[in-house]
Amino acid sequence: MLKTTNQKAWWLVTPVLLLVAFNAFIPLMTVVNYAFQETFGNNQFFWEGTTWFEKVLRSERFHDALGRQMLFTGMILVIEIPLGIAVALSMPRKGPWVSVCLVLMALPLLIPWNVVGAMWNIFALPDIGLLGYSLNSMGFDYNFTRQPVSAWMTTVLMDVWHWTSLVVLLSYAGLCSIPDAYYQAAHIDGASPWAVFRYIQLPKMKRVLTIAILLRFMDSFMIYTEPFVLTGGGPGNTTTFLSIDLVKIALGQFDLGPAAAMSLIYFLVVLLICWVFYTVMMRNEDQ
Amino acid sequence: MNKKWIVPSLYILFLMLPIYGLISMSFKTTNEILGGFSFFPQNFTLENYITIFTDPTWYNGYINSLIYVCINTVITISVALPAAYAFSRYRFLGDKHLFFWLLTNRMAPPAVFALPFFQLYSAIELFDTHLAVALAHCLFNIPLAVWILEGFMSGIPKELDETAYLDGYSFWRFFVRIFIPTIAAGIGVAAFFCFMYSWVELLLAKTLTSVNAKPIAAIMTRTASTAGYELGLLAAAGSLTIIPGAFVIYFVRNYIAKGFAMGRV
Repeated sequence: MLKTTNQKAWWLVTPVLLLVAFNAFIPLMTVVNYAFQETFGNNQFFWEGTTWFEKVLRSERFHDALGRQMLFTGMILVIEIPLGIAVALSMPRKGPWVSVCLVLMALPLLIPWNVVGAMWNIFALPDIGLLGYSLNSMGFDYNFTRQPVSAWMTTVLMDVWHWTSLVVLLSYAGLCSIPDAYYQAAHIDGASPWAVFRYIQLPKMKRVLTIAILLRFMDSFMIYTEPFVLTGGGPGNTTTFLSIDLVKIALGQFDLGPAAAMSLIYFLVVLLICWVFYTVMMRNEDQ
Repeated sequence: MNKKWIVPSLYILFLMLPIYGLISMSFKTTNEILGGFSFFPQNFTLENYITIFTDPTWYNGYINSLIYVCINTVITISVALPAAYAFSRYRFLGDKHLFFWLLTNRMAPPAVFALPFFQLYSAIELFDTHLAVALAHCLFNIPLAVWILEGFMSGIPKELDETAYLDGYSFWRFFVRIFIPTIAAGIGVAAFFCFMYSWVELLLAKTLTSVNAKPIAAIMTRTASTAGYELGLLAAAGSLTIIPGAFVIYFVRNYIAKGFAMGRV
């Protein structure tokens, strides 16, 4: 659409700008304040420079949490995106059952996050939960409060359960926007199902998949409540992701300086990865 | 045709199992739960639900959550509408940067903002009010709402606006009388997503409240830890939190998928 240049449009944006700036700017400045200064209460601040940043960047604890976070987010993307596409592809385009399916699939998205954690905690309890009991009676040695591998498996499975539907909904929306004529043409040419997927469906889904990957990346990178309720970051530190670690430092130990420095680094990492991904996707679009 | 349903059915079965586990546990007595695993409740009981519906500290949690979610949805949609219109119709100084800056707020981890938010809202004396949580949730809901609404508005031809102006409509009269009804579906989708993200978020909601506006999700965690792990009660409270979401999703079932697909990246 051709847009007209009109500087008065700023007035329409002002309310949003004020509200978001109030919520984003002031807290961000507070974080920056704490990140560069030492405080002993009473609003007395002493300049610390980049001490906290160096401390955080050098600490093994941060490296470990970041590594776990990367591994978790990587696993989530590798499992959820193909699974979501597969389910969306196998759904029929029309019919009375489609909306029933969509409503059922969207259900996990609307459950408060700590209820998701609690639900999976109950579900996975080794002796009284459905999953834990079944696995153990099948002969697997499974206990997510004691074994790191079980804890990881449960956390990843929980996230797959929770968020794959978002990928399904988005991919399904992309698939529905493909006109029937495309499929007819492919049929006449005798295209294989793989060719239809590779050259018709995948390119048409690119836009929605970009959104899906971005949203899944952001949300899984910021995950806090679900693993916190499910495993509490344990056993040991094995499922302590960045947000959990951050809250432990900030509210648990009240180490405001390092926590603030870590917040800024954390935020910058998310921004950087999103920006790189977005730029790469858009460059391909131009070609 | 029947073969086609295998994958979706299996997937839905997988989705339903944990939910079934939760609901079935909510009808069991504490003794039965701790006694061992059973697929169906052996001694069917409604006691857990009765406790929740008769104890004000429990059911007030639901009311609190619903209040701040509704306030948040109203604020978000009413400020996001004009902004989305500006982004979809006009070019102005710094518009692209502004749009990207809005989206970056969606990328800010809530854990980063928990403590500063606590200080900010304590300083302006809004701590422990519904309004505080509603305003705080605007941080991630406004960018999302602007993003979705802008997508829907760009799908409406510009001729609609121009004809209305030629007919002598003022901007606000056109906006309220003609434009808003035209994109009602988009508003529905945006409102749905606001409702959803505000309803499921806990970290900020918990940080900004103590007694008067405490959300149900936070009450659940506290009760579970102090009253010695009453799993049945926890399960019943959890089951009840699914209902508002299911209710809302039923209304927008035909638009959910469309909402994101139409937004621009």
